[in-house]
Amino acid sequence: MSETLANGKKTTVEKDKVVLRFAGDSGDGMQLTGSQFSFTSALFGNDLATFPDFPAEIRAPLGTVEGVSGFQVQIGQVDIYTPGDLADVLVAMNPAALMSNLRYARMGGTIILDMDAFDKRNIEKAGFKNNPVEDGSLDAYNIVEAPISSLTKTALEGIQLDNKSIMRCKNMFALGMMYWLFDRSLSETEKYLDSKFKKTPALAEANKKALHTGFHFAETIEALPSMYKVPAAKIEKGKYRHISGNVATAWGFMAAAEKMGKKIFYGSYPITPASDILHELSKHKHLGVITLQAEDEIAAVCSAIGASYAGQIGLTASSGPGIALKGEAIGLAIMAEIPLIVVDVQRGGPSTGLPTKTEQADINIALYGRNSESPCIVLAASTPSDCFEFAYMATKLAYEHMTPVILLTDGYLANGSEPWKYPKMEELPAITIPVAQSNGEAYLPYLRNKETLARYWAVPGMAGMEHRIGGLEKQENTGNVSYDPINHENMVKVRAEKVERVANYIPELKVMGEGKGKLLVVGWGGTYGSLHTSVTELRKAGKDVDQAHFNYINPLPKNTEQLFSNYEQIVVCELNMGQFASHLRSKFPKLNIKSYTKIQGLPFTVTELKENFLNLLKD
Amino acid sequence: MAEVAEKKNEPKLTKKDFTSDQLVRWCPGCGDYSILSAMTNALPQLDIPREDYVFVSGIGCAARFPYYMNTYGFHTIHGRGPAVATGVKLANPKLSVWEIQGDGDALAIGGNHFIHALRRNIDINILLFNNEIYGLTKGQYSPTSPTGLVTKSTPFGAVERPFHAGELVIGAQGTYYARTIDTNPKLMTEIFVKAAKHVGTSMVEILQNCVIFNDDAHGKVTDRANRDDFQLHIEHGQPMLFGKEKQKGLRLNGLKLEVVTLGENGISEKDILVHDAHEQDSTLHMMLVRLSPPHFPMVLGVVRDVEAPAYSHKLEAEIELSRKKSNYTCMDDLLNSGETWEVK
Repeated sequence: MSETLANGKKTTVEKDKVVLRFAGDSGDGMQLTGSQFSFTSALFGNDLATFPDFPAEIRAPLGTVEGVSGFQVQIGQVDIYTPGDLADVLVAMNPAALMSNLRYARMGGTIILDMDAFDKRNIEKAGFKNNPVEDGSLDAYNIVEAPISSLTKTALEGIQLDNKSIMRCKNMFALGMMYWLFDRSLSETEKYLDSKFKKTPALAEANKKALHTGFHFAETIEALPSMYKVPAAKIEKGKYRHISGNVATAWGFMAAAEKMGKKIFYGSYPITPASDILHELSKHKHLGVITLQAEDEIAAVCSAIGASYAGQIGLTASSGPGIALKGEAIGLAIMAEIPLIVVDVQRGGPSTGLPTKTEQADINIALYGRNSESPCIVLAASTPSDCFEFAYMATKLAYEHMTPVILLTDGYLANGSEPWKYPKMEELPAITIPVAQSNGEAYLPYLRNKETLARYWAVPGMAGMEHRIGGLEKQENTGNVSYDPINHENMVKVRAEKVERVANYIPELKVMGEGKGKLLVVGWGGTYGSLHTSVTELRKAGKDVDQAHFNYINPLPKNTEQLFSNYEQIVVCELNMGQFASHLRSKFPKLNIKSYTKIQGLPFTVTELKENFLNLLKD
Repeated sequence: MAEVAEKKNEPKLTKKDFTSDQLVRWCPGCGDYSILSAMTNALPQLDIPREDYVFVSGIGCAARFPYYMNTYGFHTIHGRGPAVATGVKLANPKLSVWEIQGDGDALAIGGNHFIHALRRNIDINILLFNNEIYGLTKGQYSPTSPTGLVTKSTPFGAVERPFHAGELVIGAQGTYYARTIDTNPKLMTEIFVKAAKHVGTSMVEILQNCVIFNDDAHGKVTDRANRDDFQLHIEHGQPMLFGKEKQKGLRLNGLKLEVVTLGENGISEKDILVHDAHEQDSTLHMMLVRLSPPHFPMVLGVVRDVEAPAYSHKLEAEIELSRKKSNYTCMDDLLNSGETWEVK
């Protein structure tokens, strides 16, 4: 931070990118504050990425660490792939928010505190021995002591609202301060407040007033001597919107359904962090979306299988515990060779684990989590917005190859959001289903396309093709129940081969970098942003390091082994105990594959990744 | 079924059209044979094209049923038939969906799906083959086995109390419940046809004999010597009379049903209850489904057949509401809706 100029005017500091973090009680409106800041910045032209960090409890007791909800956003004039490691500016609405979020603040960064919340009781409730503002423990930061609550109250005197409603405006005061600090316009948030509180103009007025008061307060106080300037990024031309991973997932399926001229049937049981897919899909019934909130996870997947059997798009989603329950039914769809899409929005486990925290530990259950020989196509999305693309591709592959697809996302992608250059429907690839044609002869439900090995599909309502299928082993071609030993072996192999051949229809693995060298950083799914940022920064510093990122997990892209063999070292980075690394080792036993893992319910930080890669480069 | 396709000009389908080419592999003497035969007799009586029938099942002896029908059929996994059938029906409401279950499949492993299909009033027909035993796993007690039944897994007699399917149906707000028996093909066929015509979940319980593991389980009701006294065939609008000479009947005494004899103690036909299957209040239906020998007859026929909107009809209304409330009609519209911006 620079000093106030002699003439009393404040200075401006230009930055490539800045990280902000808002933290407060679950009821303080931090998610709303964060998303308003993000939206305003996106309209301004910044690239950005967000990460909401909220507790599993809906409203834990006020003032406790358990009840703290946070929202982090990184904005930049450069391409932004992660919400950032550490916050340059942290807003903490009470001592508990400070207690649980101090570790995410950069040393030397600015921390804005609502001093009105720092009374003895709250300080103790948060677990501080002494008042952290007074005991010197925050000396490494630029502390801004702002009486947010009392100033909000004073500013809103005269507005006919109860005290509780007035106090709920303090998040807008904090947002107003941030808008000043980053030289942002208040108009988008004002528009938002007008529309949100259309029916209660007093609330709209109060919130807008708090927003302005915060803005002017920040301008006045000496503790904020300079403004940050983060100019607009050079962003690819096109039409953009904000999108979160779960909404992108829902829309990707809807786009595929429209392309195929089919209805979506979404069977689902509520589970964190997948429920928002259900909420989103259930809004769009007139676009051909049927949603069933099923009685349990098993009914969710089974009803989806029924819908798919009947010729529509059968879809279900859950998180780890629910995926475990769906295993038998996924096996049925594999055996009967019925298309099905299962989304696993991964969270920390095992068992109930860490419901609101992110993890990538379900790759094993996706690959191996069913009885007997039951391979699935497995895809993984890697950014909030590319959940759209992979939901679309999951549907395409399931229906073109007549087999279930598991799409892995995670809590970090699901709730994170970013600006998205959205496509036109005409730009999306065609989806061609192997529909059975009547040729006068008896229909054979397990007759296969010679290239893909997908069976030709007849669905109820198609006259003259009545047939029976099920979970019992079936004779090739006819589908009649068969316990013949040789037939069984052949059928197991053909189902596996069908999935393997999907490799002919997916893109090859690409690397960012030279395509050969000292170190290849490998990741999959939601870690893309932090891996990409780390490798980019190291490459700028002249290091011999490339990146490859997997979206197609099973089958693997055909060039994987050949590409890997161009590197002296390969390190697979993932948020689990090394599941994908083990999978790759079993596929490519000749290669020396290292593993770098983190299991804290949190994404990788760029700092820790770079440190690890630098160590490997020393070897 | 609500939707009946009009294909008047096509030749009428026959029993043979519904018989598949597969060898039927139930044990000789199994009650399932007569159920299969009653079904192939019933379907030609409905004006539905063959390709619109789907038979769905879970696991168990009963669950092999779809293989023996020359219609679309899906043999799924244990207990999950109602969930799969729900998806089939909602994905294509035109289909006539039949879901075949045994007592273990429907009321043990699949109990949750069974009650929720009924609660939602999905327009499917559930047939429960109740033989009060696990057959395919070779003779363990089931959730409908009577207390005390000695089986392979209860060598000292079952300690649990049995479920009565009718009570569950009514408890789950089911709109249709009928009971029939494998020894009465005519009644089965008649009930299957009626069940098909009911809008909403039709649940038909078939008392079925497992000749190997629980032979004569329904003997009290079926024995030639007893059956007139232990079977009460109810019809909507008719008095509840039974016995060889139809001389016995049911009447309400306070809050309880009692058996009375015409001509005794001044009892005449006007004292006898008249069956109202269409009554929304399920109190009397609940009392009827609970009756069993030796103090009462077993009630056979359509106990409950009440009107209520089927799930898919409500869904159609929801879709219409969604259409009216939104300002987009395709994905391109949706993608361009709300807050968007252009980078030039």
